[in-house]
Amino acid sequence: MSAAAEAPIVEVRGVSRRFEKQLDFVARLARRAGLPVREEVVHAVDGVDLTIQRGEVVGLVGESGCGKSTLGRMVAGILPPSEGTILRQGRDLRSLGGSEARLAKLRTQMIFQDPYASLNPRRKVAEIVGEAPLYHGLVRRADLADYVDEQLRRAGLDPALKGRYPHQFSGGQRQRIGIARALAVQPDMLVCDEAVAALDVSIQAQILNLFMKLRRELDLTYLFISHDLGVVEHLSDRVVIMYLGRVVEAAPSEEVFARPNHPYTQALLAEVPRIENRKRHFAGVQGEIPSPLNPPGGCHFHPRCPHALARCKVERPVLREIAPGHRSACHLNEAT
Amino acid sequence: MTAPTLELRDLRTHFATRGGVVKAVDGVSLRVDRGQVLGLVGESGSGKSVTGFSILGLVDPPGQVVGGQVLFQGQDLARLDEEAMRHLRGNRIAMIFQDPMMTLNPVLRIDTQMIETVLAHAPVSREEARQRARDALGQVGIAAPEERMRAYPHQFSGGMRQRVAIAIALLHKPDLIVADEPTTALDVTIQGQILAEAQKLCAEHGTALIWITHDLSVVAGLADRIAVMYAGRVVEEGPVEAVLDAPLHPYTVGLIGSVPSRNRRGAALNQIPGMTPSMLNLPAGCAFAARCPRAASGCSEPPPFVEFRPGRSARCIHPHAEGPPA
Ligand SMILES: Nc1ncnc2c1ncn2[C@@H]1O[C@H](COP(=O)(O)OP(=O)(O)OP(=O)(O)O)[C@@H](O)[C@H]1O
Ligand SMILES: Nc1ncnc2c1ncn2[C@@H]1O[C@H](COP(=O)(O)OP(=O)(O)O)[C@@H](O)[C@H]1O
Ligand code: SF4
Ligand code: SF4
Ligand SMILES: [Mg+2]
Ligand SMILES: [Mg+2]
Repeated sequence: MSAAAEAPIVEVRGVSRRFEKQLDFVARLARRAGLPVREEVVHAVDGVDLTIQRGEVVGLVGESGCGKSTLGRMVAGILPPSEGTILRQGRDLRSLGGSEARLAKLRTQMIFQDPYASLNPRRKVAEIVGEAPLYHGLVRRADLADYVDEQLRRAGLDPALKGRYPHQFSGGQRQRIGIARALAVQPDMLVCDEAVAALDVSIQAQILNLFMKLRRELDLTYLFISHDLGVVEHLSDRVVIMYLGRVVEAAPSEEVFARPNHPYTQALLAEVPRIENRKRHFAGVQGEIPSPLNPPGGCHFHPRCPHALARCKVERPVLREIAPGHRSACHLNEAT
Repeated sequence: MTAPTLELRDLRTHFATRGGVVKAVDGVSLRVDRGQVLGLVGESGSGKSVTGFSILGLVDPPGQVVGGQVLFQGQDLARLDEEAMRHLRGNRIAMIFQDPMMTLNPVLRIDTQMIETVLAHAPVSREEARQRARDALGQVGIAAPEERMRAYPHQFSGGMRQRVAIAIALLHKPDLIVADEPTTALDVTIQGQILAEAQKLCAEHGTALIWITHDLSVVAGLADRIAVMYAGRVVEEGPVEAVLDAPLHPYTVGLIGSVPSRNRRGAALNQIPGMTPSMLNLPAGCAFAARCPRAASGCSEPPPFVEFRPGRSARCIHPHAEGPPA
């Protein structure tokens, strides 16, 4: 086996992504008048390391705005990092040129929450699914019709419907169109960003089953972003938990749910509603999710953490291994 | 015996659209007692929100309540004029909407809105009103409420806006709250805070709560009773444990089966085949028949809503006897 074949399918090394928040009209005026107005900077992703092996399903969870989608878009190669590198099978995509880079990018496809927003309403399903593979030379025009039928069938759609437009489909069917379109360029990895969040439970189950079937049939690797821990637990081999731009814990799925280490993970799991829990007493995690514009220093979780120590306010905890394959970023693990 | 806080009797709310009559709510009967939580669950489009709007008298044309009764503490709300209804709404019945901007005014500061709400319904000083508003914000987990109150809604995140809307609903400790998916867009740690506040209000003040959601896991932990809606009708009703542990209706069985935690990790999830029928084109018999694994010849007649055991009703002629098959 070559070294490249053994390299992880994705390796994220020290990756950060910042966004400059646009100044509003008043702030721009004030600055022109010479007043000191700072551009606000959001650290959407802040020094993340993450390795994904071929064939793995990695669940990425965390609260709204913690940087899941931003990280997912960087992994999919559609958003460049501000800092750090992302290796795809050991190679930095930025080091590739021209058509090689273009084809390498196709290998990771994204599936979004709202398929409707990403499907051109004026195109028929056959065009939506067939356009990219034809353009990239993955299929000859003479074979296109059969090729599209195959993609649709694989995604659980009747090819007889391929002359229809997106608005003529239900939410679940539209998600299937999005999946067929992604598979049509022959990716080996899917980044699913809240891909079932907008669907009813019974339809959600259909789509999750489809993802699992495709994984087996096509040997796909998944980065599965979801705020729904039940879904993530069911699907993932490994779970990564983010809080305000940073990974706070990463471990095999069973391990995280059986032995959560980080106080944030513990709080999160305690609040997940479960159908097995009847008439329970809700409590909620104290305090609010802080603004990513102005995150608290040290450990970002310290204002809400019931175990916070003095050093937590000033010193950023390092993500370190606490058991085989189980990493956590909390100072409590270093107290000896 | 005192009247229940709310009772719906055969409520019908229809929309006359160009494509035909949408029977969004078609014969819904429910009751909630003082201090009780009723979870109203169902897929999108099943009529949960329209049921909520109908209770509050907030159905807009082309929608209209075309039949049935809404009894609030025994009083038929359909007989009230708009003025009396408005008074009841701010004071004794509150609704929390899916979209918090249905409650909030985008051009007024949070404190202005909250203080006006207090003053409109309680004979207190402005300072007292401000204090109540501030306390209510603190209760829903808004840190530094004194300072945050001076912001406009657009300066808050979606989750914070929803918490302000919830704080406004809690202000008067109403007798009935209809909450329409209020935490669906919130993170679980924040949802926990809100559910805790709702539970406290019911327990301490006897507020009756209708919690509308598509999430069975939330009602499992919150509700006393559950009503399951499908295509404009209640198809099953009963105490939480009974409905979740021994469901009668095949749709309820399917819903529970598709919850991931009910399935072995990584195994194929139980799924309900097919999709929700169009409300414009409902079949003559049972609306679930096309998706139902137990459908038989008799299902082409509309099934009646039958009380199989005391407090356990379902709309099905071949119900599961002991709950879902293992
Ligand atoms: N293009 C952008 N410009 C400015 N800020 C951005 C941009 N994209 C994301 N952000 C900010 O970066 C942070 C992380 O956003 P991201 O969309 O990755 O969060 P998320 O974890 O996916 O949240 P959600 O669960 O709500 O989807 C947020 O504070 C967001 O406002
Ligand atoms: N203004 C309206 N005009 C026509 N139909 C409507 C209107 N509002 C709701 N409906 C229909 O009523 C049914 C029930 O809707 P709703 O109560 O919002 O469902 P839920 O809250 O359960 O998702 C749906 O079929 C919906 O399309
Ligand atoms: S580092 Fe400190 S504040 Fe952060 S989670 Fe650990 S104990 Fe809590
Ligand atoms: S009445 Fe018939 S079709 Fe309807 S739910 Fe019962 S068994 Fe199924
Ligand atoms: Mg996102
Ligand atoms: Mg609704």
